[in-house]
Amino acid sequence: MIRELVVISGKGGTGKTSVAASFACLSQNKVIADCDVDAADMHLVLRPDPVHSEIFESGMKAWIDRDACSSCGECLHYCRFDAISDDFVVDGISCEGCGVCAHFCPAGAIEMRNHASGEWFVSDTHCGPLVHARLGIAEGNSGKLVTLIKKKAREIAQEKGYDLVIVDGSPGTGCPVIATISGASLVLVVTEPTVSGIHDLQRVLNLTRHFNVRAAVCVNKADINPDNVAEIREFCSVNEVPVAGAIPYDMDVTRAQIAGKSVVEYSSGPAAAEIRKIWEEMKHAVG
Amino acid sequence: MNIAIASGKGGTGKTTVAMALATCYARNSLSVALLDCDVEEPNVNLFLKAGIDTTEPVSVLIPEVDEPSCNGCGECERICAFNAIVLVRAKPLLFAEMCHSCGGCYHVCPERAIKEIGKEIGFIESGTRDGIAYAGGRLNIGEAMSPPLIREVKRRHSDSGTRIIDSPPGTSCPAVEAVKDSDFVVLVTEPTPFGLNDLNLAAGAVRALGIPFGVVVNRADIGGDSFTAEYAKRGYDIIASIPHSREIAEGYSRGDCVSYIVERFRAEIENIASYAEHQARRNARV
Repeated sequence: MIRELVVISGKGGTGKTSVAASFACLSQNKVIADCDVDAADMHLVLRPDPVHSEIFESGMKAWIDRDACSSCGECLHYCRFDAISDDFVVDGISCEGCGVCAHFCPAGAIEMRNHASGEWFVSDTHCGPLVHARLGIAEGNSGKLVTLIKKKAREIAQEKGYDLVIVDGSPGTGCPVIATISGASLVLVVTEPTVSGIHDLQRVLNLTRHFNVRAAVCVNKADINPDNVAEIREFCSVNEVPVAGAIPYDMDVTRAQIAGKSVVEYSSGPAAAEIRKIWEEMKHAVG
Repeated sequence: MNIAIASGKGGTGKTTVAMALATCYARNSLSVALLDCDVEEPNVNLFLKAGIDTTEPVSVLIPEVDEPSCNGCGECERICAFNAIVLVRAKPLLFAEMCHSCGGCYHVCPERAIKEIGKEIGFIESGTRDGIAYAGGRLNIGEAMSPPLIREVKRRHSDSGTRIIDSPPGTSCPAVEAVKDSDFVVLVTEPTPFGLNDLNLAAGAVRALGIPFGVVVNRADIGGDSFTAEYAKRGYDIIASIPHSREIAEGYSRGDCVSYIVERFRAEIENIASYAEHQARRNARV
């Protein structure tokens, strides 16, 4: 059975991608999925060579034929997203594609058109196949794109007889994160010992519990505030969430990124050593 | 004037910059509000520590079907673009988390069997501290769609002279909702490959929205000089730089780095404000 290890964080910038990219390099026989589709960074470390790409069409956008339009204003009355201007032009960024305006337009002047909101890729990397995407500028529907990427990654794993998918997720608790953790075998939350890191960790662990997904935690930049690390350990112990490790603050993490490499490839310093140790634990925990 | 603080990449220092900027306005006795629109992970009040005066729930409209009036015609299912209402054995079944509150099913139902009811998606807390008016949204756990809550937070403190909007990371719907209609956007970045990549995405989104912006480089000395050339090449105006320091990082971890930053880097922070005002005025004229 294919197992899925998802790396998320709640708060942004805690080191999700550095950890996930290191796991990608340490593991065998897996497919990597970058589900942080609106700020994807995995490709900067894995330097993918795309072998397949497809346009991502997500829903529709309204389009008003000005020649057929009688300027009656019914569409303005029905639109709940302020997406139509007083001179009957659709704002593509605000339009959610509900089609209510088109349904009720008495002149039949509104067409719902397919909308390309991004592109997704299957690529070869030195760590194995990577499925990733580029959401268009200011586009929505990231949850649907995440679901698509995870599905493709599983299909590739199936074809190749691999038993693991490593997923890099996005910050927050909303639509793309819910899509990312759904169906995961194990979620690793990368946090940091800061007041905001702790606050966001608690919210994201509520989310994994809400959706009944197994979680583990690792603390990055751990030596910034040892008291807060102790608080995180205490919180996790009370909530029966295992703490897989504490990665020390190490400039090699930034240096590896600048060199376009994962931390474990670039460095044999303290951060890399701890990430290796956490991977050993994850490998068993994911099942 | 509305100034949005955004970033693309998370953890670059949006909230810190938003706090520092609001503090400078308040210390100059100017009317200022700080709105936390990162409703999935709201952090502003961990730093501001304002007492909360009011807490209001925020709801969106979802349909409710009056079964006796429903004849199972399926018009609601046909108009719903989000698969949120599906007929099962000639009875409409609602998936509330998929609903975008467009009102299509409500308007289309020929039997008038659908009414719209409120579903709570989160709440907004408001208060004041040290001359800064605060409002922050908090999305309920398990709720997928944050834009309606963000929209509501942005209606708060409309009487303040300057409103500073702390935006969520990323470049998709929540970030766009927070940033749009602003007079100026401050993009906070860090000089790393991830920081630059996500800055370029965020700058693309802000340009598509037609809003003037400037860039604040945080931990400015961690990445080497090559990034300065990258910013220039893409036409970004660097309006402030804050160096990396263990003191700031440790202060941040405790939730008390803001006054340190305001004291050390007052000129940098005030430059953000004057640049924002200048650009917003210039943009309003054209």
